[in-house]
Amino acid sequence: MFDACPRHSLPALPGVGYKPQHFSAIMADAGPVGWLEIHAENYMGAGGQPRAQLRHLSDRFPVSVHGLGLSIGGEGGLDPDHLARLKTLCDWLQPASFSEHLAWSSHGDAFLNDLLPLPYTAATLDRVCAHIDQVKDVLGRQMLLENPASYLAFADSEMEETDFLSQVARRTGCGLLLDVNNVFVSATNLRQAPQAYIDAFPLDAVGEIHLGGHDEDSDETGAPLMIDSHGRDVADPVWALLDETLDRIGPKPVLIEWDTDVPDWPVLADAAQRAAAALQKVSA
Amino acid sequence: MTSQAAFRTALLDPEAPTPAGLITPEGATATRRFDVYRNNVAVSLAEALETAFPVLHKLVGDAFFRAMAGVYLRRHPPRSPLMMGYGAELPDFLQGFAPAQSLPYLPDVARLELALGQAYRAADAAPVDPAALAALPEHTLPRLRIGFAPALRLVASNHPVHGIWAANAAGGGKPVPRAETALVTRPGFDPMVDALTPDQGRILAALVDGAPLGDALHTGGPAVDVGPLLAVLLQRGAITSLTAEEPGP
Repeated sequence: MFDACPRHSLPALPGVGYKPQHFSAIMADAGPVGWLEIHAENYMGAGGQPRAQLRHLSDRFPVSVHGLGLSIGGEGGLDPDHLARLKTLCDWLQPASFSEHLAWSSHGDAFLNDLLPLPYTAATLDRVCAHIDQVKDVLGRQMLLENPASYLAFADSEMEETDFLSQVARRTGCGLLLDVNNVFVSATNLRQAPQAYIDAFPLDAVGEIHLGGHDEDSDETGAPLMIDSHGRDVADPVWALLDETLDRIGPKPVLIEWDTDVPDWPVLADAAQRAAAALQKVSA
Repeated sequence: MTSQAAFRTALLDPEAPTPAGLITPEGATATRRFDVYRNNVAVSLAEALETAFPVLHKLVGDAFFRAMAGVYLRRHPPRSPLMMGYGAELPDFLQGFAPAQSLPYLPDVARLELALGQAYRAADAAPVDPAALAALPEHTLPRLRIGFAPALRLVASNHPVHGIWAANAAGGGKPVPRAETALVTRPGFDPMVDALTPDQGRILAALVDGAPLGDALHTGGPAVDVGPLLAVLLQRGAITSLTAEEPGP
């Protein structure tokens, strides 16, 4: 299950999104948790507690760096300063994985602090592939690209998201981060079957899986509108979708994301335990 | 075609119509769905400000803070994905924000909270042994140059900025009406705030700028005893080097 050098690849075990308030609990007994994911931008300060904790954690666990601010789908070029900061962080930490989102978040001189949607067109595909190639050149490593949670569609889109991601993976050689909660949220919001999305997804490129909680709302017609909030338990249909996915692709690193209303460690450890059980079922 | 420029403009303007080309599964204009993104942006930026400025939030209350944040985030959206620095223009914004004029100390409280955030993530530095200063020959002191930890920040104010902050953040007593300079240091991982007199603040600012101790003392006036200032700096681990030059020939 482990690589020869465990800190340099993510194991097919449960991981959690790291929160500083859980530092002592994790160092004392991480339970089923075999690796940690951090948000890159929170560790770009020069020093202090965030960097010190990360140094200790990375001595014990494989760490995945998950970026939120690169704006890979942005119409403008990638921000060279931000790319340089990512390189500094990755060179220092030597993480097991780097991932970012199929989304945009910056335009002009404004960073909008959200993962914003893209039309799936040939022009978007060219741009996203060029940006991923640039990331690979600068970081000197291949990245994983995550499928988004969608609330709406673009009249301009020329292809399905799964086709778009297949082409990105084929053209750039990047891996994919399959967020199963995002699949459920997007499929519900866009009136598609989540299983059909998984069927069409280029599963052989999946290097990591994300699970998180969502909120339920409704649109102006009263139809369900799921919001990707990362603020609660993973919903049962999402766990079921995880099982179906793992049945197809075997064990993978599975992350529990909980970013708002973050619970005490035992709640997160329980969710990780449930992911461990799901992985166990498909382990040889 | 839905450009990102149009998307961005509409995100930050609640009165703007939903950009063309954004549709529901049924092909209708995705108004309520676009509002999810609008809400995400406004709420996440307001929450980032609330996290970075907890004392300011406490001083003005929830309703005022939210309303203020709503105006600020549309006028000053983040200019970098490093959200840890968001809110840098808030002190100047508050200076000109009409509803805040009855609380003239708010901009300085905001400056102090920005300084605390900067100190928290500043580069680590090894402090000098607190005994090192006392060991220096007295005749070298006027030409002494002092190096400071990267976490050190000074916030000079015409208000009791430390007292107001401490009363709300650290359970301190009622602030005494006076001018204060807040000294921010980071002895370990947690930033600390101490109150300096304006004279002490001027001396320290001169030292931080690289002036030798003798020259820096002139900025504080003749009556200032620099001993307590140096003592607090040593105690907080804020001094990283002492360079005592022998007087020239």
